[in-house]
Order: sequence, then structure tokens, then C-alpha cells
Amino acid sequence: MTGQLGWVLRALFSHWRRHPLQGMCLVVGLWLATALWTGVQALNSQARDSYDRAAQLFGGSAQGVLVSPGGQLFEQQLYISLRRQGWPVSPLLEGQVAIALADGERRMGLMGVEPLSLPKQGNLSSSMAASESLVRFLLSPGRTWVATETFIELELSAGDALQLADGRTLPPIEARPGLPPGMLLVDIGIAQNLLDQPGRLSQLLVDHDFAADRPQLPDGVKLVWDARSEDDLQRLTDSFHLNLTALGLLAFVVGLFIVHAAAGLAMEQRRGLMQTLRACGTSLSLLVAALLLELLMLALIGGSLGVLSGFALASLLIGDLAASLRGLYGAQVAGHLSLDAGWWVAGLVMSLGGTLIAGGSSVVKAMRLPVLAWARPQAWRDAQKRSTRRLALLALVLLVSAAGLVVWGSGLPAGFALLAAMLLGSAWLLPLVLQTLLRLGQMLARRPLAQWFWADSQQQLSGLSLALMALLLALAANIGVGSMTEGFRLTFTGWLDQRLAADLYIRPETPAQAIAISAWLDTQPSVLSQLPSWQVQTQVGGWPTEISGVIDHPLYAETWPMLDATPNAWAALAAGKGALISEQLGYRLGLVTGDRLLLQTPSGAWSLEVAGRYADYGNPKGQLLVSAARLNELWPGLEVGSLGVLVESAAIVDLADSLRQHFDLSRSRVIDQSALKAYSRQVFEQTFAATGALNTLTLGVAAVALFTSLLSLADSRLGQLAPLWAMGLRPVQLAWLSLAQMLMLALFTCVLAIPVGLLLAWGLVDVVNVQAFGWRLPWHWFPAQWLTLIALALLAVLLASAAPLWRIVRVGPPTLLRRFAHDA
Amino acid sequence: MMPRVILAMLVLAVTACDNAPPGQSGFAGLGGEAAGFAKVTPGRELVFPQDHGAHPDYRIEWWYVTANLTDQTGKQWGVQWTLFRQALSPQTAEAAADGWASAQVWLGHSAVTHAQGHRHADRLARGGIGQAGVKVEPFEAWIDDWSLRADASGNLDRLAVSAAGEGYRYQLELTSSRPLVQHGEQGFSRKSTGEQASYYYSQPFFEVSGQVEWQGESYKVQGQAWLDREWSSQPLAADQQGWDWFSLHLDSGAKLMLFRLRGDQQHYQSGSWIDPDGVSRSLPTEAIKFEPLDSIKVAGRHVPTRWRLAIPSEQFEITTQALNEQAWMGTAIPYWEGPIQFSGSHTGSGYLEMTGY
Repeated sequence: MTGQLGWVLRALFSHWRRHPLQGMCLVVGLWLATALWTGVQALNSQARDSYDRAAQLFGGSAQGVLVSPGGQLFEQQLYISLRRQGWPVSPLLEGQVAIALADGERRMGLMGVEPLSLPKQGNLSSSMAASESLVRFLLSPGRTWVATETFIELELSAGDALQLADGRTLPPIEARPGLPPGMLLVDIGIAQNLLDQPGRLSQLLVDHDFAADRPQLPDGVKLVWDARSEDDLQRLTDSFHLNLTALGLLAFVVGLFIVHAAAGLAMEQRRGLMQTLRACGTSLSLLVAALLLELLMLALIGGSLGVLSGFALASLLIGDLAASLRGLYGAQVAGHLSLDAGWWVAGLVMSLGGTLIAGGSSVVKAMRLPVLAWARPQAWRDAQKRSTRRLALLALVLLVSAAGLVVWGSGLPAGFALLAAMLLGSAWLLPLVLQTLLRLGQMLARRPLAQWFWADSQQQLSGLSLALMALLLALAANIGVGSMTEGFRLTFTGWLDQRLAADLYIRPETPAQAIAISAWLDTQPSVLSQLPSWQVQTQVGGWPTEISGVIDHPLYAETWPMLDATPNAWAALAAGKGALISEQLGYRLGLVTGDRLLLQTPSGAWSLEVAGRYADYGNPKGQLLVSAARLNELWPGLEVGSLGVLVESAAIVDLADSLRQHFDLSRSRVIDQSALKAYSRQVFEQTFAATGALNTLTLGVAAVALFTSLLSLADSRLGQLAPLWAMGLRPVQLAWLSLAQMLMLALFTCVLAIPVGLLLAWGLVDVVNVQAFGWRLPWHWFPAQWLTLIALALLAVLLASAAPLWRIVRVGPPTLLRRFAHDA
Repeated sequence: MMPRVILAMLVLAVTACDNAPPGQSGFAGLGGEAAGFAKVTPGRELVFPQDHGAHPDYRIEWWYVTANLTDQTGKQWGVQWTLFRQALSPQTAEAAADGWASAQVWLGHSAVTHAQGHRHADRLARGGIGQAGVKVEPFEAWIDDWSLRADASGNLDRLAVSAAGEGYRYQLELTSSRPLVQHGEQGFSRKSTGEQASYYYSQPFFEVSGQVEWQGESYKVQGQAWLDREWSSQPLAADQQGWDWFSLHLDSGAKLMLFRLRGDQQHYQSGSWIDPDGVSRSLPTEAIKFEPLDSIKVAGRHVPTRWRLAIPSEQFEITTQALNEQAWMGTAIPYWEGPIQFSGSHTGSGYLEMTGY
């Protein structure tokens, strides 16, 4: 049996020897599909691993913690007081520091912990158990622990001491596996010094079992129960990762189109061979086993290459992705890729599964193969004509479901289902639409050659339809995603210009410094106005939200970009009766202008009217603008979070410099408007860098699909072109005719891709974006972008057609004659 | 009673000391070098109440209470309360009190034992911030919610001690009208034939009354308690791997402290015979005979819980029996500590501590 299987395999493989390009196309299709899919999965799993580590640092996702009611820092004495009453609490201080690196500053999270009292449940506690490293950590000068990935990413070596932007030095670095990336972990005392918060804490961790039933706090301890916010991070970034996954899946599907095309063609071309094998006594089960084995081998080759390339692709993109997650969500993701065995296996399994789906139909056909029937090379084309109608029917079902989802669907998964149904439905409808168009052309044609042109195009359509569908999908995705990103860019830039109205933004280091800076600014003649603001981080309706208190100043009313507002919005706000809410908070809470909102404050409930909504692009959290005066009454002890300053424009740079000098402030604490805008734009660009790259690659995959199909067809084309040659057409003429056919089909597809792409863009902007991020973008048209894409697609078609056409021109009359005679 | 020290180190292996060679010497690293720390020398007069407080220039130190108690039904109980201090590096008193920069680490152990049960707990805290420490006037030693504190009079004659762990809690009043006992040469207690020594004094005469809570049930108890105070920088020689330590309340009213440090070649033995009036005399190594009788298996180790002890010069020969042989302290560095009873030439009760098994 094994010997026989060997012979059958050898016979089947001889096909690939004679058609190496076809084999290559199959492998390349698998390769690309697997690479894009696994690449995206690598990015996602890397990010999830980073979030998990943060969540597991102190044990479990819902780690109970104690915080001050307004979220401010509190005195360490509360920690001592609770410990002395037997509470198993551990102090924590978190903040941000600007690290001076060779290529500029980088903001990183600094976390101060007290290792002896850490709750035993967390990962950190167990990694603290080794006593020698623990003593090094505790004892002056202490140690700075960073994740191994961050250690590698920053190109550190053991014992290096990082410097803050203000020149102060951190304790020597030690790499620790399992820490969340992008975070500096030091002893609590060191953190208090580096963050200029001596004797103050931001949280108390509580032993897991003790915290389980949230016991009531002793009298005099003004803290409240909360949960660590790592869960928020997971929630906030979920939609981002879902977007990436959808894009990866799209690329995978497009890649499988290639595999399907190549496998189907190989099946048809080997029909005779298989019948011969069956006639020679090969059992059906053996033949099927051999075909499956062959698919498996191809899948392994393509899949392995794909997984390797996926890793390379992810390594290239992880830096941008980490930067945009940091910029958008403050989420720290390791910029150095490290993946476990599970990821590699999952990639291969996905590739095998994909191959079975894409190539399985060929095997099924082989099983139905009649042993004695004469080989009919054209049979599958007939079948495909029937299937065109079946496909169109399925497409209609999908499009109807899409319409249903528009009306009744809700939530992000429904949004993606809508997009998938719409895209796939459009793709499956494509052959029928093209066929109808071509038939129309045929009806209008009068001359024989023109009639042949249209008729033959229809004949070719069946062979090309899969590749054209792939092209349609890729083009539509590019148009859709491009419209969304460009639209976002346009909106975002305009919005940023309005929103950042002050000339200088200052973040004081301490409350005392805030007062000193403010007093100093009062003495500066170039200062026109000061706009201090106070922030409270809290949750509103279960969603992480920042409440920002602003003073009554006409600049806000003049510049703040509103979506809608009541006529006296700013007056209501100043009176402490109204609040302005960000668009995303409005969506989350289902609030519109005019509704009422109840805020929980340390001094009781605060009822506010929603006086207006404003756009707050790029902010995953909700935001709420209220009167600073009232906010400070209700949240006593708040500190000025930031200070905007209006300055005579000629004096901005000088004032910033003298501020930095006078108060010894780091560069990152005094930022002028243009620098802040540049930073925001940079975050924006990074966000779409990974998306853009994946998108371009998808288009590349479609081009390869087209190339594959054309190559496969070129062989049989000779037989169809030979009669024309026999009737007197020159090979060059034939080549031109073929090229015209190709370009016409591609052009039709491109033109059809525009409405599909716009539908997709609508879905992204009006459905997915709103669900995922909570903002709706104004609609923009980008015809120049579409034309560029179409030109690119046609160029790809031209390139893909070149080689097969060249063959037509090159073959001499003898070959054509032979084919003519043979096929006839 | 030095042994207790160990525990502290256990948690924070002694190699913390910058000059110490890596690897441990002696039990829990207590035999490691003590460069930079103050040395224990003979002839230093103990000064009270100052010496009740912490000595951050020495590496290790402890406040140790053990009590043998009886409840109203006659059931016997043992209670332990311990606070250890360890300096991770030599430090002045000011630096030791300077918030998080303090290199002092505090460790608390407590336990309650009766014939059928033994429960224990530990606490760990940084010095310098107020979570744990010792105040001299009025005296208070504490870690988290555990404390050993003087009443209004402020000295060590009247103390209240309390602690709690999973399934137990106790609150005891300790009173004594007799003087403190200084071991060795006026409190200078040798631990080897070399330089190893500690400052060591005790109050063995406490009368106790109070409450022990066990699994939610409250028991009124009374009995006797023993307070040990000891500090040092290098209490063990490098070859000493553990010790056996006894504190005995004789029914005659006398008290007896005996210890033996087990070395590779020879054991170092010492003790104090304390008359009922508080007058004590040191017992030299050759005067004491330690003989472990039966070993039992506890926590996977063989530990001798029955002993024969003899001091021929005092016509003293007894056999000791543990109230609960499973009185194992499964802390970071584990050891056996529990109440015992004895009979023979003398009868009474006391506490036994065994380390390094």
C-alpha cells in the first residue's frame, strides 16, 4: 500500500514538475495568507500578553485596591494606620517620568512598590521571593526593574542607570522576565523621591482574600474601594485589536482565493491523469489519500514560510503598534517581539485549515470522478457557469443579511459582520455583473472580431473570476480604509487646531510649584491670560472618565470645537449647573444635549445638565468639562493638573525658556502649542501606520492572485487563440486583443470596487468607528485617491499580463498549428 | 535564646551585607561576617530603659515572649510573641529612622499551641515609617496590629501583649515585681569559644492573665511568661548549624535557661540558674548535659521532642515532654518552638526551641 501510495504521489507530483509556476502560485498564496494572518495575530497576542502581565502583577484582574475618593494622592500615614489595625494592605505610588534616551525623551510609567507587604497572589510577589535580589532592590541605591523586552528594546545592559530628563538618576537597571513592558519598577521610597511626592501614595493594594467582601473601612480612613484599572485597558484596546484581526482575516481570505484558483486548475489539468490512475487499479481511497497528503505537504511548506514571514512582518510593525497603543491608550506593549510555541502551532493549524477549505473542493471533485469518462477539459468551465448563478444567489442572501444588520444590528461584532457580509456578497455578485456587462457588449458588437472579443471574454471570465473577486475585495478594502483614515486625518487636524488654543501648556511638578508658577506668570508682561485646569480621574456609568474643571474664560467659547450645544452652554458651565461631555462619553451613556447627568463626588451627588457635546478624537476615555470653582468645592484638595497660557506670539519661545530655567522644569513639562500638535499628529500617524502597511499588502496579495490566474490560463489560451491565428491574425495582434480583454475586465472590476469601497467606508466611519471608539466622522470624498488606486491596480494587471502575453507573441506558428490541430 | 534571630535573616539572607561572601554560614546565615556593624564586647554595662529599645548599629535583635498558660478547665496552652529586627546594612540611628531609606526590617512571629493544635503567623515590615518598631518611653514594641506595650508606668514590670493570626487571637497582661536577669557576664553572653556573643537579658518572672481565642472560642487563661531580650551582630560561629534552647519555670520558683549551639566538631553550651529571688549564676559548657531522647517526624524532618537535661552540680536531672510534638513554625525559615513539661529531680513547664534540623 505504501509503495503504491508512493507511485501515485509521484505521478501526481509530476504535474508540479511540468507546471512549476502553478505550484509556486499555490505555495505563495498560502504563504501570503498565513503570513498576514499570523503577523496580525502576533501583534495581538503580544499586546494581550503585555496587558495580562500588567493585570497579573498584583494578582487577578479585579484586584481590590483602596484609593482616595477623588483619585488624588494621599498621605502614607493612612497606610500605617490601616496596617496597625491589622489590614493586609501594601502601598503603591504610580506616576510618569520622562527618561532621557540617546534619541530623545521617552515617557514611561514609574511604579513604586513595597515588596515586603505585597499581596501574595500576584506575579510580582512571587518574583520578589528570591532574597538576594530582594535585598538589592530594597537597599540603597536600590534597583530599577524593567521587563526583559523593554531592557532589550532600550538597548540597556545590566547595571546601567537611566537618567530622567531633568538629570536625576534612577537606580541601576535589572531585567526581570514577566514584568509588564514599558514600566519602571522601583522601591516605593525611591518612587516618592523621583516623582517628588515624599510621604504620598496613590493606591493601597489589598490581600485578595481579605478584599473579596470589601470590608468597611475604619473610622477616620478617608479611602474608598476600587479595582485596579488594568481591566479598563483591556476594554479600551479591545476594539483596536478587533480592527486589526478583521484586517488580518481579510488578507487571509484574499490569499485563500489564490490557493483555491491554483488548486482548482491543477485538479482540472490532472483529471486525465487521475482517470488513468484509477483505470490502472488505484483505489478511490488511495487517490483521495494521496491528494490529501499532497495538500498537506503544500500547506506545511506554505504555512511554515508564512509563519516565519508573519513573525518578520510583526517584528517590523510592532514598534509602530506599541507606539500607537502607548500614545492612544497609555497601554504599554513590549516593542520587542517574543512569542510562545502556541503561536507558531496556531499559525500552522490556521494554514492547514485554510488549505483544506481552499483545496478541499478539488478533492471532492476527485472523489466524484467517473473512472471511464473521457477527459473533458472544458467541463469545469461549464460547471463554473452554473456556479456563477449559485454564487449570485448566495451573494444576494448575504447582501440582504447585511441590510438586515444595518437595521437591527448593534455592537461592534455586528458591525464587522455587516462589513463581512457586504464585502463577500459584493465579491460573489461580481461574476454575474461582469457576465451581464460582457453580454451587453456582445449584443452591441457588430464586427465578427468584436463579437469574438466579447464572447471570448465571457469564456475567460470563469477562469479569472476568483482573481477578479480578490482584486475587488482588495480594492474595496483600500478605498474604504483609505477614505476612513484620510477623513480622520482631515477632521483630526482641523479639530486639533481649534482645540489647542493656548500658546503654552505647563504641567507643574507639585501643587506648591503650580502656585509659584502662576504667581510668576502674573508678573510677566507678555502673558495675556492663564487658563488653569483641574482633573479628576473617575468612572461615570462604569466607563473610565476624566472630569476636567475649567475656569470661566471667553477663549473657550470662541475656540472649543462643539458638535452641538444649548445656547447658553458656557454660562451654564460657569454657573456649575451645566457640563459639556465628549462625544464618546455621550455614546457610551446614551446622553444627548439637554439630558441630565448625575455625578458622584466625595461631597455627595452633583446633578448637571448636558449643555453640549464636543469631539474628543483619539481619547479612549470619556471626558467631562465642568466649572473649576464647583469642582474644587466638591472635590476638596485637588491640584492644578495643567496650566494653559496665552502669550503674545513673539514672546512664546522666550517665555517657555525662562519658565524652564526659572523653575528647573523639564522640556516635557512646558510645551508650546506647535510641539503638542506635532506630538499628537505623530501619534495619529503611528496609529495608521500598521493599518496602512497591512492594507497595501492585501492589495499586493490580490495582484499575485491575478497573476496566478493569468498564468494558469495562458496555457489554455493558446488553444483558443490558435483558430484566430489560423484565420489570419498576427500573434502581436492576438496579444493586444488579449491585453485589451484583461484591462477591460480589470477596469470593470475597479469601477465596481468604488461603490463597494464607499459602502465599506460608510460601514467603518458610521458603524464600526462609532461602536469601537465612540466618534462619528464627517463624510469626505477622495476621488484622487480612488483614481490612484485604480491606476495602480491596472498597472498590476498590466504587469501580471505581460509574461503570458509575451508567450503568445513568442510562440511560433508551429506551436499554434500544433495546438489548433490537436484541440480540433 | 539567640536562635530567634535567625528567622529574621531567613527572610532576608544575610548576604545583604555588602562585604559578606555569598552563600550562607551558620543557620540562616547568622554565622556570616558582620563588617560595619557594632561588635558585642564584654564589659559594656546595660543601661535601662534605653537598652529596651532598638540598637540599629547591631545587625540583629529581638523581643521574645513565651508563656505557659492554663485555662479554667485545666487545659494547658502555650503562647509565643516575637519581634525581630534586622539591619540590612550598618546604619546610624538617625538613618534607621529616616522613612523608606531605613535599612531596618522587622519580622513578627506569633503562635498559640495546645495539646491538639498549633497555629502560627508571621508579619514583615520595613523600618523607618512607623509600621513596626520599638519605643523606649513608654515602652512599646509593635508590628502591624501586634504589640507588646508597657502600661502607664512605662517600664517592663507591667506589659500587655497581643497578636492574632488565622484562627487565633490572644491578649495577655504580664506583671512582675522581680528584677531583670542578665545572662553571661553582666549581659555579655558568649555563643562560641571564638568571638561570637550577644547582649542578653531576660524577665523570667512574669505572672500572666488574659484571654486566648481559638477558632472563635474564647478561653480565660493564667500562668507564667518569660521575656527575652537579645542583640548581636554575629551570634553564631560559621560551623554552628543550629541550636536547642530551653526556658524552664521550676515549680520551686527557680528559673533555668539552657542552650546548646551545635557545631561541626563540638557543641557550645551555656545557661543561667536563676533563684526565686532573681539572683542568677552562669552555667559553663561542661556543667550541662543535653541528651536528645526520642525524635519524631514533623514537616519531613526528624526533631527530638523529648530530652534529658542534667546539671550534676545542682543535683538537677529532668526529662522533658512536648505539650504538642507538632509545634512546627512553618515560616520562611522553619523551626520547632513549643511548650514543654518536665519531671525528674524537678517538675515544671517551659518552652523549647530547636533550629537547624
